[in-house]
Amino acid sequence: MAMKYVDEFRDPDKARTLVAEIRGLIPRIPRAGERPLQIMEVCGGHTHAIFRYGIQQMLPEEVEFVHGPGCPVCVLPMGRVDDCVAIAERPEVIFTTFGDAMRVPGSQKSLLKAKAEGADVRMVYSPLDALAIARKNPGREVVFFGLGFETTMPSTAMTLIQARRAGQTNFSLFCNHITIIPTIRAILDSADLQLDGFIGPGHVSMVIGTRAYDFIARDYHKPITVAGFEPLDVLHSLWMVLRQLAEGRCEVENQYGRIVPEAGNARALAAVDEVYELRPFFEWRGLGSIDHSGVRIRDAYAAFDAERKFSVPNVVVADPKACQCGEVLKGVIKPHECKVFGTACTPEMPLGSLMVSSEGACAAYYSYGRRERVPA
Amino acid sequence: MCLGIPGRIVEVTDPETMTAMVEVGGVRRPTNICFIVADDTPPSAYLGEWVLVHVGFAMSLIDAAEAERTLAMLTELGEIQAEIDAMQQSNEANFSLRGTDHGHEVCR
Repeated sequence: MAMKYVDEFRDPDKARTLVAEIRGLIPRIPRAGERPLQIMEVCGGHTHAIFRYGIQQMLPEEVEFVHGPGCPVCVLPMGRVDDCVAIAERPEVIFTTFGDAMRVPGSQKSLLKAKAEGADVRMVYSPLDALAIARKNPGREVVFFGLGFETTMPSTAMTLIQARRAGQTNFSLFCNHITIIPTIRAILDSADLQLDGFIGPGHVSMVIGTRAYDFIARDYHKPITVAGFEPLDVLHSLWMVLRQLAEGRCEVENQYGRIVPEAGNARALAAVDEVYELRPFFEWRGLGSIDHSGVRIRDAYAAFDAERKFSVPNVVVADPKACQCGEVLKGVIKPHECKVFGTACTPEMPLGSLMVSSEGACAAYYSYGRRERVPA
Repeated sequence: MCLGIPGRIVEVTDPETMTAMVEVGGVRRPTNICFIVADDTPPSAYLGEWVLVHVGFAMSLIDAAEAERTLAMLTELGEIQAEIDAMQQSNEANFSLRGTDHGHEVCR
């Protein structure tokens, strides 16, 4: 079945051309000693694409992708999963969630385990599906697990706007949305990182626009190219970042113009602003607390806030000791260098959240890259 | 989580809630189009448009002109690369034929 601008961006001839172009740029880029150029792809969707299409293996060894924290499931702290389970286990609750959050381990259990033990946990494709479940079950409390960066935020916001308009009192949202800009800033401020540039998140940017990244070029003097998710998009964007480095430029460039307008989506941003406000701080798995990196539901929508409707334990739980998700997230170690990678921690029995989602660096490494990367 | 999928608006089912049928890879699914419909335009004006769908919402109109521009740029890059390859091969040939005095400057 034809899909607009999918096959066109998977053309192997064009990929070969881009790889040749990238090779050609390398000698023109000043480097500190033998250290490879490190380009961070912020978004987990890009991490997935890089592994799925074997993009790293196509590249000269002087260029390396560093996998960023842009997988919302992967950075969810254990305590929040425990809160989900506590809500889901209430007898009156139907707990609805995106599929990829089902297997994230909490300190005691995942949502999947809670479901197996009898909690009414249902996977949905859209928050609107959760709202429809609330309409059909007036005697139950339906909670949706709101998760994701700015890509997903407008959808949950609009769902709450519709719920309020319809007077749907048995529907609420457990809000765990996070914002991209403070996250990138925290990465840039972290001392143990030596990044040369960024592949910017494509679908976050279709909401927030590209100007939001100006500070990366202006204040931190790093190039960034907002990228699409097909293999040619990723290669093309990498080439654009390297070309900036070769020419001594630091700018915000947009490779994904077919989807990302410079100004973002004003209607989507208005919905987000109507429903959400910044939290003073939000706790991330592996990265610790980042100021203003999460949002909560505004008072006007308090009746739809699961955190106010149900008392949640809200306990901060430390990550398992053996798990090195934090170091992988910051790019300090590679997934296979983690002590428990592929042994105590596998996609079937994940210990750390990076092994859970297909967008997590460890799961991607395990599924696609393991044979090439791990000596027998 | 942040992945989206291109689909085409084939029917506006409820203009009130901005619900439309969007065909994605041959499958039709109700999709909310409120984020892509401009204030002064009826939803029906978007029939046939390609959109990027994410968790039940159309999040962006796919800009065909921009897509073509990107593809054209990549094609051009390929042509330039082919040109450079040809040039290099020709240079190598010329180097080996140095003695026969095809005296033009080669740029390497």
